[in-house]
Amino acid sequence: MDLLNALVALTNYVMIPAVAYGSQLALGALGVTMIYAVLRFSNFAHGDTMAFGTMVTILVTWWMQSMGINLGPLPTALLALPFGILGCMALLLFTDRVVYRFYREQKAKPVIFVMVSLGVMFMMNGLVRFIIGPGDQRFSDGERFIVSARDFKAMTGLREGLAFKTSQGITIITAVVVVAALFWFLNRTRTGKSMRAYSDNEDLALLSGINPERVVMYTWMIVAGLATIAGVLYGLDKSFKPFTYFQLLLPIFAAAIVGGLGNPIGAIAGGFVIAFSEVSITYAWKKILRYLMPENLEPDGLVQLLSTDYKFAVSFVILLIVLLFKPTGLFKGKSV
Amino acid sequence: MSETVKHSLMFAFVGVLIILDGTTSFGIFAGSWNSALGILNMGLVSAIMALGVNLQWGFAGLFNVGIMGFTALGGLAVVLVSSSPTPGAWSQGGIGIIMALILGALTVVAAVFITKNMTKGKPRVLALTALLIAGFFAYRAVFDPAVSGVEAINPALYGSLGGLGLPVLLAWPAGGLLAAGAAWLIGKTALGLRSDYLAIATLGIAEIIIAIMKNEDWLSRGVKNVVGLPRPMRKEIVLQEDPGFLDTAASLGLDPVVASTLYVKITYSLLFTVVLLALLWMAQMGLKSPWGRMMRAIRDNEVAAEAMGKNVTRRHLQIFVLGSAICGVAGAMMTTLDGQLTPGTYNPLRFTFLIWVMVVVGGSGNNFGAVLGGIFIWFFWIKVEPMGAGLINFVTYGLAEDSALKLHLLDSTAHMRLFTMGLILLLVLRFSPRGLIPEK
Repeated sequence: MDLLNALVALTNYVMIPAVAYGSQLALGALGVTMIYAVLRFSNFAHGDTMAFGTMVTILVTWWMQSMGINLGPLPTALLALPFGILGCMALLLFTDRVVYRFYREQKAKPVIFVMVSLGVMFMMNGLVRFIIGPGDQRFSDGERFIVSARDFKAMTGLREGLAFKTSQGITIITAVVVVAALFWFLNRTRTGKSMRAYSDNEDLALLSGINPERVVMYTWMIVAGLATIAGVLYGLDKSFKPFTYFQLLLPIFAAAIVGGLGNPIGAIAGGFVIAFSEVSITYAWKKILRYLMPENLEPDGLVQLLSTDYKFAVSFVILLIVLLFKPTGLFKGKSV
Repeated sequence: MSETVKHSLMFAFVGVLIILDGTTSFGIFAGSWNSALGILNMGLVSAIMALGVNLQWGFAGLFNVGIMGFTALGGLAVVLVSSSPTPGAWSQGGIGIIMALILGALTVVAAVFITKNMTKGKPRVLALTALLIAGFFAYRAVFDPAVSGVEAINPALYGSLGGLGLPVLLAWPAGGLLAAGAAWLIGKTALGLRSDYLAIATLGIAEIIIAIMKNEDWLSRGVKNVVGLPRPMRKEIVLQEDPGFLDTAASLGLDPVVASTLYVKITYSLLFTVVLLALLWMAQMGLKSPWGRMMRAIRDNEVAAEAMGKNVTRRHLQIFVLGSAICGVAGAMMTTLDGQLTPGTYNPLRFTFLIWVMVVVGGSGNNFGAVLGGIFIWFFWIKVEPMGAGLINFVTYGLAEDSALKLHLLDSTAHMRLFTMGLILLLVLRFSPRGLIPEK
């Protein structure tokens, strides 16, 4: 019984949150890695791109709620998501047209691109705060839980409850669907293949008649989709605040680098590595150990390795370790 | 018009802006010397930060996105050096904290030693894991009780180690040293890899430094803030009771309260100007020396410089540490100016990215450009809000006073700053990438 309780507590407090957070990070890191693979720079505006897409989705969600449109038990935001993606695509294609294209034609150094993306980040951040304000926004509705802790206890008679939030379930399912669709697109379709060819060897791709502007356009559109989905899922799971999205940049970059910048599989793996380390290092293990240890050995403290305020430090330390020992990441990314 | 005249005119223009802010309240100007000197002081501090970043970016092409962290470390140095020591803190656990930190450092040193001296393979991984786990628990075992000891001392007033009670001016170089140490650590790991990695690593360290300062109450009281830090000159209240000062103020025809605040601000301006000029002189000398030429050679062509026998990574590390140290000094100066350390107010958009706008607009690679950009952009940063409010009032002229759209827009003018700064950065990068005062 104690072992079962421990397992339930582990699933409830560590596994489910980490899988959900990992899926969100993986989707974010996929966006960063796609830009890196095709456009060859680290996009610092990615966090704010996520914020922008989410903001459009929230605005449409509010409108739908006011019109009485809803999805029953599912959050209305899912219905509004395509509009958010479209808005985000429009914004990214617009920035590419007026900002990045010029530097592409100049063949500017990657560091200039990074700096330009800083400027874009500033503007997007300002835009989002200007439209929706800097505060917390909640936009989730529908059923809150798939399985609530009380139902679970009543069902199983265990002391520990297991809560499975709708947002977590949606996150996991959406992430699986999106990743499958993305890989199908990259491996099976003509456009996807031309994108990979362009990423592997630009000159050879140009030689075989691939239109680089088209590749870049598709990349931005896919990135807009990924960023908006990641942002909306994070917002449904936690809450939406522009500054939090900016701060997500660090774990997302860490995930992309840990997996190997430019490698989509790496980005997904990296997302889960970061999420699991973050959650398990900042979780107070006392609850679980209480079930597993004999009574006289029970720990006094919380057995929390680091306080939750340092969750960024976890992704950062993993990042440093990877940079020190394996700068190309776990899965071989682009050259250093 | 020769280059020198043109550039002097730009400096004069910024000077006139500040003087106008002191004398007239027309349009965006405040019409108070208090406000003008306030802008000037922060402008001078910003100029020093820009000088440090210019050293890294302009001389060596290093992309540092963690300026906020180094600035905050400078602020921390002010608390540690100049605030008065907490009674009993050292006996209650201060020693324990130091011991724990030494223990932690020893663990890391031992880990590095193992990595370097054991052959690759399972035994090394096992030894490293065992050492790190044992080291971590030993560290927590010493650290935790010591920290609760220190934090228990009258938390409303102290609850931290306090400082050494030394003169505050000593904190400025100490801030530089602290920032240099952090920069060395980051540079050692991230330099020598591709340029984006340094950017991401510095972004991370800045967030972590702020997280530490917010949460480690024993260090600088965390978000409870440290207020009333000592100043390098007499306080306003003391001045207002000094008969000599009152006589001087009266003979100048000034109100004693106004006179005392002006006195404090002008003293800061003078002190900051001295530091700025000293650093500017050093940076100019460095730029003109063989060392500066080597740096630029490395920046322009790393492969060629390496072929000439230059150790690129080491030189990068050197200049990265130097530039960050300057940011640390500026951070210490800023905290001294504020008279308080408030970790909650450090924000990357204000403390990192704004400095980048200053460097790029001023002219990367030119020290005078960085100084000009620092003061000018700071002035602009302060004035964007009134300008934005004016603009929105103008645009929404036709709308009713209480229209929801107008009120929302007016509420949001504060966020115009970020938007405008991003726009300026992009416009300068696109149309005048060499900045106001280009590199020679």
